[in-house]
Amino acid sequence: MKKGLIALIIFLGALVAFPLIFQDPFPRHTLIMIMLYAAMGIGWNIIGGYTGQVSFGNAAFFGVGAYATAIMLVNFGITPWLGMLVGCVFSVALAIIVGYPCFRLQGHYFAIATIAVGEIMLLVFTNWEYAGAAVGIYMPILPESFMNFEFHTSKLPYYYIILVIFVAAIGVCWFFERSRLGYYCRAIKEDPDGARSLGINIQRYKMIAFSISAIITSICGTFYAQYVLYIHPTSTMDLMMSIQLCIICLIGGLGKLYGPVIGAFVFIPLTELTRVYLGSEGQGVDLMIYSMLIIILAIWRPQGLWAIFTKGTAK
Amino acid sequence: MKKDLLIIDNITKRFGGLLANQNISFSIDEGEIIGLIGPNGAGKSTLFNCISCYYNSNSGKILFNGTDISRKTPEAICQMGIGRTFQLVRIFKEMTVLENIMIGAFLKHAKQGDATAKAEETANLFGFTEKLSLEAGSLTISDQKRLEVARAFATEPKILLLDEMMAGLNIQEVRETTDLILKLRGMGLTLVLVEHVMEGIMPIANRVIVLDYGLKIAEGTPEEVVNNEKVIEAYFGKKYHAKRRGNTAPLQ
Ligand SMILES: Nc1ncnc2c1ncn2[C@@H]1O[C@H](COP(=O)(O)OP(=O)(O)OP(=O)(O)O)[C@@H](O)[C@H]1O
Ligand SMILES: [Mg+2]
Repeated sequence: MKKGLIALIIFLGALVAFPLIFQDPFPRHTLIMIMLYAAMGIGWNIIGGYTGQVSFGNAAFFGVGAYATAIMLVNFGITPWLGMLVGCVFSVALAIIVGYPCFRLQGHYFAIATIAVGEIMLLVFTNWEYAGAAVGIYMPILPESFMNFEFHTSKLPYYYIILVIFVAAIGVCWFFERSRLGYYCRAIKEDPDGARSLGINIQRYKMIAFSISAIITSICGTFYAQYVLYIHPTSTMDLMMSIQLCIICLIGGLGKLYGPVIGAFVFIPLTELTRVYLGSEGQGVDLMIYSMLIIILAIWRPQGLWAIFTKGTAK
Repeated sequence: MKKDLLIIDNITKRFGGLLANQNISFSIDEGEIIGLIGPNGAGKSTLFNCISCYYNSNSGKILFNGTDISRKTPEAICQMGIGRTFQLVRIFKEMTVLENIMIGAFLKHAKQGDATAKAEETANLFGFTEKLSLEAGSLTISDQKRLEVARAFATEPKILLLDEMMAGLNIQEVRETTDLILKLRGMGLTLVLVEHVMEGIMPIANRVIVLDYGLKIAEGTPEEVVNNEKVIEAYFGKKYHAKRRGNTAPLQ
């Protein structure tokens, strides 16, 4: 436990120092993407890993966060920070609308239902003129400021904002693990009927877990919109993104606090590198590598890469 | 001691054309140990599932403390104070013994620290002090069954419904289980025990209810029930019963 805390402090210290040592845009950008996906992975892990409700629709929350922010900023000049909040509200609403009927479905049907929901959202935004339809939305270029959530001369502010979001996600998950909610979610994953016999309203707790997952993902969507300053449906709501989140957790360790962190540190550099070296022709190569990785992992270390760190030490 | 803590009133449960429970009625007083016995497929587990609302009974009422609970959800039943175990254990196999009990304890203790304290106390009572950090799936069957009871007990129920606690246990374990059940009764609990085999509960039950083919065929003290002709017939068949009648040797 003590050792874990020291490791975490060293790790976070390294993250704080990293952009001061590496001042080129590319390493900074890579780390920003790692932290973004790690945070989203933690969000996915809460519903998919701990609670065992595999969601292939989490990209929808990312999209809702991004679009809520963009629409409010472009049309009403409202600060993205408020957009972030509104995005969270809409994402939770979506989680509840989807979760209410779908959590009644047993087994894999929830996963299938979330694919449908994700695709519906993608379709709606691709055809919704007000939201820019397939072309998407360009954010207005505003003067650099924290309030405007725009920084043009350096990626550094973005780096530290996502670092805060990432650390907050770890914090949320840390508390989740230690709370009644976290215990109940794990019970629901292992045996829903057994859980009900102990007075657990499984529907309600799945819903709460899904909402937390939605909030974290939505905040990441807002960040992304402000970071890239241009969003369109396939960059924010693609099914592939939901699958990537699942893969990140699977690689790192399902239902483990640092699982998605490790997963993102392996996954994102590979994605960024294939993008850089293979360009658009390389699309899909990263996924081929992951498929291989998952197969190897499934045989060698089915609990995910996290198991390497805990091996030998008591659980 | 409250009379009629739980009243089963004319419960019928159908699976298609099969009548698994047919107009079953009986009542339970606070502090009693009730044995619910009957041959394979008699409808014992089905009745448990009706009481704990895993099944919706087709007709009839179940009154707990005077309120009809027959249309509630399983989680509401537990929250009201009726705990249960399952015939095939449903513990959380990948969690530790302590965590399993904590999940039960969380019902009345929302904070992790309080739930841990309650769970540790419960673990001591059930003899798990040395096994707190073991993975539940690695326990012996007898330990797993006891853990399931401990977990239900941690929700602080008034009634515990235990489905075949003693099946598959050796004589020593059966004895330990009966001791445990008496201890729980001593703490104010009311217990309903489903058993397939009579030996385990006959010495401790206040009353025994016998089901056969979905019908209640007998109710009474253990002595009354083992000498009941219908019960002997249900357990040993007509032929054996006829033979026995010619025989003057006492039962057992
Ligand atoms: N979910 C179900 N669907 C259909 N039939 C069922 C279902 N559950 C039980 N039954 C049937 O109802 C009857 C009573 O079953 P039940 O499990 O209640 O018996 P039991 O007395 O607990 O028997 P055992 O001693 O074998 O556990 C059996 O014929 C069984 O096949
Ligand atoms: Mg049974």
